[in-house]
Amino acid sequence: MKFQGTKQYVATSDLQMAVNAAVTLQRPLLIKGEPGTGKTMLAEQVAQALEMPLIQWHIKSTTKAQQGLYEYDAVSRLRDSQLGNNVDDIGRYISRGKLWQAFEAKSPAVLLIDEIDKADIEFPNDLLLELDKMEFHVYETGETVRATHRPVIIITSNNEKELPDAFLRRCFFHFIQFPDKETMTEIIRVHYPDIKEKLVQEALEVFFDIRDIPGLKKRPSTSELIDWLKLLMSDDIPDTVLQQRDKSKAIPPLYGALLKNEQDVQLLERLAFMHRRQS
Amino acid sequence: MLVNLFYCLREYGVPVSIREHVDLLSALDAGLAYADQEQFYFLARTALVKDEKHFDKFDRAMTAFWSGLDSLEGLVEASIPDEWLRSEFLKQLSEEEKAKIDSLGGLDELIKKFKERLEEQQKRHAGGNKWIGTGGTSPFSHGGYHPSGIRIGGEGQHNRAVKVWEKREFRNLDDSIELGTRNLKIALRRLRKFAREGAADQFDLDDTIHSTARNAGLLDIKMVPEKHNAVKVLLFFDVGGSMNRHVKICEELFSAARTEFKHLEFFYFHNCLYESVWKDNRRRYSEGISTLDVMNRYGSDYKVIFVGDASMSPWEIVYPGGSVEHNNAEAGQTWLERIGQSYHKIAWINPVPEKQWDYTQSIGLIQSIVDDKMFPLTVKGLEQAMTHLAR
Repeated sequence: MKFQGTKQYVATSDLQMAVNAAVTLQRPLLIKGEPGTGKTMLAEQVAQALEMPLIQWHIKSTTKAQQGLYEYDAVSRLRDSQLGNNVDDIGRYISRGKLWQAFEAKSPAVLLIDEIDKADIEFPNDLLLELDKMEFHVYETGETVRATHRPVIIITSNNEKELPDAFLRRCFFHFIQFPDKETMTEIIRVHYPDIKEKLVQEALEVFFDIRDIPGLKKRPSTSELIDWLKLLMSDDIPDTVLQQRDKSKAIPPLYGALLKNEQDVQLLERLAFMHRRQS
Repeated sequence: MLVNLFYCLREYGVPVSIREHVDLLSALDAGLAYADQEQFYFLARTALVKDEKHFDKFDRAMTAFWSGLDSLEGLVEASIPDEWLRSEFLKQLSEEEKAKIDSLGGLDELIKKFKERLEEQQKRHAGGNKWIGTGGTSPFSHGGYHPSGIRIGGEGQHNRAVKVWEKREFRNLDDSIELGTRNLKIALRRLRKFAREGAADQFDLDDTIHSTARNAGLLDIKMVPEKHNAVKVLLFFDVGGSMNRHVKICEELFSAARTEFKHLEFFYFHNCLYESVWKDNRRRYSEGISTLDVMNRYGSDYKVIFVGDASMSPWEIVYPGGSVEHNNAEAGQTWLERIGQSYHKIAWINPVPEKQWDYTQSIGLIQSIVDDKMFPLTVKGLEQAMTHLAR
């Protein structure tokens, strides 16, 4: 079964190739790209397209690799023993992590390891063998958990930390580039099938103009554009408002959806002001 | 198979290993890309390259690899007896076309001209009526309309695929370097200062025993936050001009510093610090950041490191308007002193060998401005600098 994007997700041909290669060779796929280009969404859509269950593991700065395998609750066991209960069955105090769940799933699953760069620098190294061999050892009970079906693993990263070489070698890699205007129009079509052609055109112009402004702290990306269009549509803003791209009124309507940083808004206002003064 | 590609990539500095190459081969074996250059390019990229900063090198290597293959194509053609091709070629022509070939001086003449033009022409070409290329009405083209055209290898797909890597869209991402920075990292590590910050997520054995005992033996768990490196660093880099000869070592220092400090902010300046600095060297003129803003934004708990050769004419430091690049309202010295007042810990790291410092007047000037806290950019000098900053 080949992944070719879904009704809600436009996948460029290089992305399709990356996903299909990773699925066929059963390798983890590492996805990078600007925030808001649909990295996390990819996993959901792959799961949907390949009709597999999706298991999500969201990484935080405090997440340890071990938590993905299993956690041994020694404290409950100690407490139970103090209360006089029988605590011989260690298995009762072991809770399964996401990786274990994915390994033991009845059918192949998609495992999303989201934002791996948030974790400690050693985190990826601790998962090398697990991702390679798709098995791990539970020391407390002495059993070895082996994947019955190798899951499709999709890992996303925002480039906050560099990942170790040994880890990278085990993955396939894809960098989601910021979509060009054509792809962007296609993406908008997918989200809002009955949006006015004119509005899309004008909005895209404004959007790419804003992205080109040098010095923005956070350039708006696909997800922001989608949100903004939603607002434009619900407010039923006439497309003529967008058309008057007179630089002195450079602030687009409902800019709050596009710019998430008050410094960026100020920058835009300053630019508008400078244009007014020049003219 | 594809051993040439493997070595070609390595030659261009793409860090590929055998493991990845085997991956690519098994992907090809699984039929993921077959007889399609573009698909092959995507597949090879996803399997072999693991960081977008290598994409540009990869694109260049691909161009070299394919152009190598193109010359190979010529080799195959050359080894096929000429007569075969000619007879096949003539068979396809109508009488009318044959007459036209004769009008151009016969097939031999046509081939000769083709070779001449191929030499004359340097670039790829499409359309038009003279050059060898695609479309158009030149006799030497692919997909053209000239009756006596010679078809030149390559499919439509081919051109499109070539474009993908010839565009070199990832050039900007190739700004970091991988190097043996371990020595530098170890030296920088001296500046680590661990502090417990954030959520309490580590088991504190001592405290737990203590409070359990006080709790009459009933378990009372105590947690503490994990230790983190809490040092904050502002890094100012001198770029351009005389610094060019120290680029390599500075890059090493920079990449080491980046992985070593969690709170690291870096800025660029040229020769001496003035009223503005910048973060992206390509956009230095459009995206300057006011030095005052930097000082206001990053508190005095930041430690400041300058990296520069401090080699310039003395008036670039001492006089207003002395900068080589712009008219600065206030002298560089004033700005350096301001930084000195705002931050308690400052070090200037100089890539110029320490022995030569005495020969440049401006180095002495800067030295006195930063209270002799100038250190050479060697592992030892770096250690000294870090010890000074950590104190």
